[in-house]
Amino acid sequence: MALQDLCGFKDSFLNSRWNFPASHRMAQEDTSMLFGKRTRDISSRGLSWSNSESPLHLYIPAAEYLSESPIQFGQINPNTAPYHITPLHQDSTLPFLSFPPGFPPSSSPSVPLPFPMSHGTTTLAFMFQGGVIAAADTRSSCNGLVACPASQKILPVHSHLVGTTSGTSADCALWKRILARELRLYQLRHGRRLSTAGAAKLLAHMLHPFKGTELCVAATLCGWDGGEVETCPLDRLYYVCSDGTRLQGALFSVGSGSPYAYSVLDGGVRWGLTVEEAISLAREAVYRATHRDAYSGNCVDVYHITSHGWTRRDREELREERLWRKVGQNLVLNLHLSCFL
Amino acid sequence: MKIVSGHFYGDNGKMKEYHYTGPVEHRFSPYSFNGGTVLAVAGEDFAIVASDTRLSEGYSIHSRDSPKCYKLTNTTVIGCSGFHGDCLTLTKIIDARLKMYKHSNNKSMTSGAIAAMLSTILYGRRFFPYYVYNIIGGLDEEGKGAVYSFDPVGSYQRDTYKAGGSASAMLQPLLDNQIGFKNMEGVQHLPLNQEKAVQLVKDVFISAAERDVYTGDALRICIVTKEGIKEETVPLRKD
Repeated sequence: MALQDLCGFKDSFLNSRWNFPASHRMAQEDTSMLFGKRTRDISSRGLSWSNSESPLHLYIPAAEYLSESPIQFGQINPNTAPYHITPLHQDSTLPFLSFPPGFPPSSSPSVPLPFPMSHGTTTLAFMFQGGVIAAADTRSSCNGLVACPASQKILPVHSHLVGTTSGTSADCALWKRILARELRLYQLRHGRRLSTAGAAKLLAHMLHPFKGTELCVAATLCGWDGGEVETCPLDRLYYVCSDGTRLQGALFSVGSGSPYAYSVLDGGVRWGLTVEEAISLAREAVYRATHRDAYSGNCVDVYHITSHGWTRRDREELREERLWRKVGQNLVLNLHLSCFL
Repeated sequence: MKIVSGHFYGDNGKMKEYHYTGPVEHRFSPYSFNGGTVLAVAGEDFAIVASDTRLSEGYSIHSRDSPKCYKLTNTTVIGCSGFHGDCLTLTKIIDARLKMYKHSNNKSMTSGAIAAMLSTILYGRRFFPYYVYNIIGGLDEEGKGAVYSFDPVGSYQRDTYKAGGSASAMLQPLLDNQIGFKNMEGVQHLPLNQEKAVQLVKDVFISAAERDVYTGDALRICIVTKEGIKEETVPLRKD
């Protein structure tokens, strides 16, 4: 911090954010950290880059939205900012970074990529009387190769908001992180959590400048607004896509395995489901989709969001399910055969 | 004139024509694939990062002594394979950022911190990516082995073992079976000790060199323990 002041480093608050060590990573393990209990480790702040002169200049595509988005966030006067978020507001001027001309590219990139990116998934979310259920498989594939059989596609954003991710995993991880930061800032400034609808709108507007580029994020945001008694019971589930879609709904499934998941869900989802029924329905839907879709597979993650926050069910290996079903089917077949003899 | 190449699959995933089909425009591509395989394994109190040392391009071998493991700190080694130009620049950038961190915070970066930083460095070039497959191996703050694997645009996660590079598709299932004990019934899950892990890595690379043309020449193994980093070189097939 002192070195920055001495050298007069022009600092974008985004850049300094990226220089923070891992302790500031989105707290997937400990969501209580997102609500005021976290003390920032002041000694572990890193230096940030100056804008244009450094040959190793690091530009973050995320900064683009600050200059173009209609929503003004991050614009508070640096003098009045509390110390905790001072490094985020070193500069009162926007934009901070000099982007190369034509960034983000308005059409497909001129440089064809030599490698494929991770895509292909089954994620689903639906709401019912007991809250919202979000479920996803865990396979992350790269043009035919399973890059990771144990990836996490449902990322908690804060204690009462969870987002399922589909599309490019790097994009989804980063944008969820940015969303978590913006929601936290909103909460600090306004003293209340932003609603799910607001978070969906924020994410959609943040992704808008990248429309037409190869960024691919298709997320469903599942949250619970208000306290024990919900302020708006229908407003828990939103689908946001990087092509600009933002939809409110009661049931969504995203990804290459979504047709299969939809068929199972459409047959079983009702408002009056119990929690156990809803969870087993979600697992069944993901299982059916992984059975038929090559790009989905491995385990299933299920999250349940209620007024108390989200709870996560232990990851389950779907292979065991298949073995049991096979045993069950064989038994039924044998019974039928014996009837006909 | 379409150049006959060893890559059977074109950019769109379909099989490429293996003979002259008509006039084709070739654009300059800023990327090139230089081959190489990297592997990392994390144990209870050690981590191993290994890579072959062959640098190739198309049908030629540029160098037989170009290892792909780079030491970052006393407890972290990174393996980078893919396009060699981007590997070199990326490691320079990481070194510079490590130095800056050391100067402003008066301590070295931990493995987890380096991984998080690398993720943002890679995503900073989201629309003109570094064509590098990275794997970081080292010790975490508690002294346990940690492996972080990346994709070229910065998506990462912590693993116990990971193979990256040209022979990764061949090596990863073997590691799943031998280290993760996956897809086997009725086996005892023995914890991996250092000698067994090093021997396994050597065997695995020998197999990779047999079947992948871009892997071979020599194997460089870096073993990271709390005592420091030990390097070992083992010859592989040179053909």
